[in-house]
Amino acid sequence: MANHTIAQNVYVPFLEKKGIWSWILTTDHKRIGIMYLISISFFFLVAGVFALMLRYELLTPASDFVQPHTYNVLFTLHGSIMVFFFIVPGLAASFGNFLIPLMIGAPDVAFPKLNLGSYWIYLLGTLIVLIALAKPADTGWTFYTPYSATTDTDVVLITLGVFVLGFSSILTGLNFIVTIHKMRAPGMTWHRLPLFIWASYATSILQLLATPVVGITLLLLITERTLGVGFFDPAKGGDPVLFQNFFWFYSHPAVYIMIIPAMGVISEIIPVFARKPIFGYKAIAYSSLGIAFISFLVWAHHMFTSGISDIAATIFSFLTFLVAIPTAIKVFNWTATLYKGSIHLHSAMLYALAFVFLFTIGGLTGLFLGALAADIHLHDTYFVVAHMHYVMIGGTVMGFFGALHFWYPKWFGRMFNETVAKIAWLFIFIGFNVTFFPQFFLGVQGMPRRYATYPAEFESLMSLSTYGSWILGAGIFIMTVNLIAGLINGEKAPQNPYGSLSLEWQVPSPPPLENFEEIPHVTDWSYGYGKKK
Amino acid sequence: MGDASVEHSHGHHMDPAVEYSSSKLGMWLFLGTEILLFGGLFAAYAIFRAKYPEMFFEQHVELNKKMGAVNTCILIFSSLTMAMGVSAIQRGKQKATAILILITILCGLGFGVVKYFEYSAKFHHHIYPDTSIFFSLYFLMTGLHMLHVFVGLAILSVLFVLTLKGKFNAKYSTPVEVGGLYWHLVDLIWIYLFPLLYLIG
Repeated sequence: MANHTIAQNVYVPFLEKKGIWSWILTTDHKRIGIMYLISISFFFLVAGVFALMLRYELLTPASDFVQPHTYNVLFTLHGSIMVFFFIVPGLAASFGNFLIPLMIGAPDVAFPKLNLGSYWIYLLGTLIVLIALAKPADTGWTFYTPYSATTDTDVVLITLGVFVLGFSSILTGLNFIVTIHKMRAPGMTWHRLPLFIWASYATSILQLLATPVVGITLLLLITERTLGVGFFDPAKGGDPVLFQNFFWFYSHPAVYIMIIPAMGVISEIIPVFARKPIFGYKAIAYSSLGIAFISFLVWAHHMFTSGISDIAATIFSFLTFLVAIPTAIKVFNWTATLYKGSIHLHSAMLYALAFVFLFTIGGLTGLFLGALAADIHLHDTYFVVAHMHYVMIGGTVMGFFGALHFWYPKWFGRMFNETVAKIAWLFIFIGFNVTFFPQFFLGVQGMPRRYATYPAEFESLMSLSTYGSWILGAGIFIMTVNLIAGLINGEKAPQNPYGSLSLEWQVPSPPPLENFEEIPHVTDWSYGYGKKK
Repeated sequence: MGDASVEHSHGHHMDPAVEYSSSKLGMWLFLGTEILLFGGLFAAYAIFRAKYPEMFFEQHVELNKKMGAVNTCILIFSSLTMAMGVSAIQRGKQKATAILILITILCGLGFGVVKYFEYSAKFHHHIYPDTSIFFSLYFLMTGLHMLHVFVGLAILSVLFVLTLKGKFNAKYSTPVEVGGLYWHLVDLIWIYLFPLLYLIG
């Protein structure tokens, strides 16, 4: 990796400028990344509170904490906010913004002003959804017709908000693709790119190709409600399953928009703390693209019970199993990287290991759901809820927390308390498993999702799950306090606390405004650990 | 962070050739997303036309083929003037470029006027988006296209003003080229819409 030093007398950290306008009008990718980070974290916590309320309602079989309608609103808001406000923009927009230019040796993204525009469009979308909360939708985050076309709650505004968020997502993806193509430093060839960049690239392609389709789908739903268009209404000759086809054509790839950046994070953390070169670099890089490609061919596996033909169901089931291949390639390569490594259990590494473990459970239970016969029984039960949360929390959120702890010193120039971070991790890991592992059993026993009440025989598993949510909530609370405390009175971070080889660690913490005093010349990949240069 | 020195520190690394190719790549990617946006409607069209071929055949006669044909010619001509405009600015002819962009704008406005009369005639005959699946498709596809015409006109107007101010020349014509690409897409989508909706036979 290229070595270059930045003379102390010209070093101006990007956080130097103060004042509200220095944020509102910034075109600096690092600051825009922070604005995304704050926004998505805020919505993550809000939607998390909704989740705690849902679990609290489910502590007992009767609906005694909230009314069933309120419960429906709560799971709709929990799902919509988590998916569209937090996890889809999530890692890609926050860490993607911060890291992509730094990792490829560029002064900024290709279109800095467009990047700022994307952020404000994101905020506009969230604002529209907040207005919609006056009469919140009760459709679930999937907005399935015919119910979404007939409920008297405010579906139009919330879908309009999601449509606007989609715009932001498209423009961010576009910006990143062009940046990765055109802004790489001299010598930063494709096969020297950090794997987080490959992951961001695959994610951006998905954002670009899938988001417009959900955009038009939501517009059609809006016209269904406002203009009386009948594409999804059988009474007018339309077809409600068409909505599901359109919706999942986006939303299944969107699942990979959520997870692939986290896979990129894990590929960065593991080699640093195992002090070994990443195993199977090209396999990991290309499997991201492989997942992106296959993700477009599997959408109807959400619809096995919606009345699609047997032939279609069989084909989609087969294609769904194909996703397991590139995914498993990644897990094998991470494990092989750990093998005989000199493993250092930093908190970021703990999250990375949790990712590999939990994501494997999430991925394998996905195969149960992809199998036709099993899915007929498991569809729309707690098994799906558990699987989805093992992938989304066990995968993406662990990756997000791992990224937070890993790049925190670089981004903010301070250190957090490592002991407290480890305690928080323990709470989160235990709490997560206690919350969601029982839900696999509930699902197998036939407990359907999205009900405020349940038969008394499920009470022990249900209340266990609720207790778990409290442990998980406590863990996230401790983590949040710890990270905020670090910002206020943490020690100053050194330039490269973990001895990482990738470019972002070769500049001061926090990075200077222009990233690199002069554009580095790259001579090697960034995973050459444990070898003499 | 809007002050000039910071803008400068962000901008001066970008070599004009890289900026040019980045902008073009960016616009091509964006056009791809536009096609996917319309793709949803084209897919709906394919599904419902296969399901209700008689409805499509019987109801398409309500559409005014002549007006559709006139509008097709107008848009194709406007694409020509746009392409000539791009070619003119690449040779540094600012005045010719401004005139050609102005003609393109007038064509776009003309297209809108014809479309206005078409829509009015439909409403006059009590044909609305909820009349049938066919007319839902007609109004949504042409409506979304019309929205793109308006966006295109806004872009062209900005380009026109900036050309008059002399912002573009043979060395720097990226916005004109990229704006032109967008306008060609607007034209291209209409070229598909016209036969699909007006010329069912």
